[in-house]
Amino acid sequence: MPPPARKTDMTTATSLAIAQNRFGLGLRGDEAAPGTGLVDQFPRYDPRPPAIAAVPGSAAMVVRFRDYQAQQIAARMAQMQAAMAAERPAPIVSPAVSPPGPGKPQRSLAQKALRSDINAQFRESYGDAARARIVAALNTTAPFAERLVHFWANHFAVSADKLETLALAGTMEFEAIRPNIAGRFVDLLLAVERHPAMLVFLDQAKSIGPDSALGQAARNRRGRKLPGLNENLGREILELHTLGVGSGYTQADVQELARALTGWSIGGFTRQAIAIEAPEGQFVFQPGWHQPGDRAIMGRRYRQQGEAQAAAILGDLAVHPATAHHLATKLARHFVADVPPPALVDRLARAHIESGGDLMAVYRVLVAAPEAWAMPMPKFKTPWDWTISALRGIGARDAPDLKIVGALAELGQPIWRPGSPAGWDDVAASWAAPDALLRRVEIAERIASLVGDRIDARLLAPRLLPGVLSPATAAAIANCARPQQGLALLLAAPEFLRR
Amino acid sequence: MINRRFLLGQGALAAGLLLTPNLALAAAPTEKRFVFIILRGAMDGLMTVMPLGDPAYAALRGNFAPPAAAGLPLPLDALFSAHPALVETAALYGRGEALFVHAIASPYRERSHFDAQNVLETGGTAAYALSDGWLNRMLPLLPKSGEPALALSATLPMALRGPTPATSYAPSQLPDPDPDLLARITALYAGDPQLHGLWSQAVQARAMAGSDGRGRSNPGALGRLAATFLAKPGGARIAVIELQGWDTHAEQPGRLNNQLKQLDGVIAALRDGLGAAWADTVIVAATEFGRTAAPNGTMGTDHGTGGAAVVVGGAVKGGRVVADWPGLATGQLYQGRDLRPTADLRALFAGLAGEHFGIDPPRMMRTVFNALQVRPLTGLVRG
Repeated sequence: MPPPARKTDMTTATSLAIAQNRFGLGLRGDEAAPGTGLVDQFPRYDPRPPAIAAVPGSAAMVVRFRDYQAQQIAARMAQMQAAMAAERPAPIVSPAVSPPGPGKPQRSLAQKALRSDINAQFRESYGDAARARIVAALNTTAPFAERLVHFWANHFAVSADKLETLALAGTMEFEAIRPNIAGRFVDLLLAVERHPAMLVFLDQAKSIGPDSALGQAARNRRGRKLPGLNENLGREILELHTLGVGSGYTQADVQELARALTGWSIGGFTRQAIAIEAPEGQFVFQPGWHQPGDRAIMGRRYRQQGEAQAAAILGDLAVHPATAHHLATKLARHFVADVPPPALVDRLARAHIESGGDLMAVYRVLVAAPEAWAMPMPKFKTPWDWTISALRGIGARDAPDLKIVGALAELGQPIWRPGSPAGWDDVAASWAAPDALLRRVEIAERIASLVGDRIDARLLAPRLLPGVLSPATAAAIANCARPQQGLALLLAAPEFLRR
Repeated sequence: MINRRFLLGQGALAAGLLLTPNLALAAAPTEKRFVFIILRGAMDGLMTVMPLGDPAYAALRGNFAPPAAAGLPLPLDALFSAHPALVETAALYGRGEALFVHAIASPYRERSHFDAQNVLETGGTAAYALSDGWLNRMLPLLPKSGEPALALSATLPMALRGPTPATSYAPSQLPDPDPDLLARITALYAGDPQLHGLWSQAVQARAMAGSDGRGRSNPGALGRLAATFLAKPGGARIAVIELQGWDTHAEQPGRLNNQLKQLDGVIAALRDGLGAAWADTVIVAATEFGRTAAPNGTMGTDHGTGGAAVVVGGAVKGGRVVADWPGLATGQLYQGRDLRPTADLRALFAGLAGEHFGIDPPRMMRTVFNALQVRPLTGLVRG
């Protein structure tokens, strides 16, 4: 869809800058400017480009993790048998600490070796997935769609901080988000909440209904550890993924959703009794773990039983006006301004509600909004945006020498590691900080060193920043001692740091 | 070998645009140090400072306790024992240089991490009601210090954001940039108010860090680095350190043990690195809320309300647990599930920082927290 205003050459040039920088990932320096069309990029969007197709999927990662757990248990048993053979006296334990049961002793050397092995393996898988994401972003011809992938991945953030999520975080973006960015929000939501990465990250896979068949059996056995509810996923669905915080749901709603979600798990991931067989590493509903009974959420009753119950709740949440408003605010903040214009948020929310949560309908309103085509550049690029746009600027197809994954960590935004399910903040204050700025300059210098003196920044600058390159920056680049320094200066220029 | 960080500072000087005249010595800077450690993710106060003397505790938690391998709880008084991982902190407690505050919370009463951290850091009563951090609002009340307040991270946490300049620094793995490029950047940013301010602070902070600022960050290194900035004459006097990973919904005993070891390591490194300045130091570690009194179904705890804060430093009047203990019996729990808060984190911050810096605590309460009705917690700092 063309931008609304095309009065002079200057506004045309500026519109080009907005299309390629604010809505895109920066112009590739070795390609012609693709114009200002945004929605018409979607037919070119590839949900599964070759780099990503080459990465192992979540099921393989879950199986690897499950095998690791089995090996750990075997190593622990071996250690206990050895200890029993040596007839070591039992240590004296205060009542305030757990008895040194099977779960508790110091890890043996064999266990430590297993742990460091899988750590190394998963670190490598994480690195491979992160590089696939970078290569997809560098090579895409549908940068607006690709940016939406990054937006939704951050909205549904899974942080690769635990061993289990290290190798899974990227697979959720590839399997659940990429295929669903242009359909209905409910499909995106369901795909994400059922994905093993989310079920593991927010502790859903082991959450058990207290009155489920498994819960009752455990009570009858009077076991020391009773399985039970975990409300983590239920809370974050309401707070972060759908309605948004402060939109009127209560603690009781959180617990009801947690109860409805019991049974949502992963085949082969967790060893619990009363489990049905399921393909390893894939979503499974475990009827024996599900809390029986109707649920009431936000004043609505859900009489469905089993798997359909939480799905019905998510279906309602996906089109709830609070969800529409929450998503509209985040989209407008991401694409338009840190403090999004309320009128635009309202129009986006209305598009969501009126279309029944059709994401394309919302995107159409977004790219047609005059607020989105205004100057000056209101957004400070995140480290990810900035790094990708810099690499596209120099025409990189891949940049193994740069160690980009590590560089993003240095800039404060390690890929898939926001540290919390809220994802990265989307305002300038989060990124425009003293040391972070100095690091961008250091990385700009390294990126420039990848091409040496092969690129003339004086020619590249007006192409990357049409209509927005300031005379001061142009002059500073022209005055540089050598082309490589000019390129570093361009990548660190105020206009290039913003979009 | 010439220190390139030093050169960086010199290059900036040569460019003539960065460093304002160093008025630190003339400005009678304060010698008092204050460190705010933000424990992100909600630390379980009940397993950190365990009320083993409350009969309801064993009933609630039973075998849900620190791993046996971590050792025995460290007795603090008749009611409370510290988590065994807090070895160094408990030793400071024994020397009267550490105290714990229990059943404390910010005014926030919902259970969102992100809103609660915003309230913890802005010092407001509701999330996003204030757009600057309470430490930033406190800075103008302090005797002028040589360097701006410092966050030990690449970006600035909310607690330090606001109109008064504050800086950020974290160890970088990146090679040093070319001084000539830096001088050109300095000139290029001179016309951009936002970038000019950030850039000046960054270059000064790097020059301050000197060669100590290199290498991987780990808890000990982070504490040592903070101490480097704080110990220097005319250096930063306020620092913020962030520790992540306290959201222990599952497998809490092992995870919390590691988290507390980290916290203990940061505290020990600050004590060792500050040397003589330790006597002028107050450190407070606080979290956005506590966790449920009872464990959940996955050997963890869910989001709660009241929690614990850790206060250490040579200037702390320690050796006690400060708590108006609400009890853990069913009728005593907040909403039937959480430790009921009986103290306000704003009162703790205002009392600590106010008495430490010689700012009347009620004035702190008024100007920094805009909460006249809350009485500051005083008497926690040596006069």
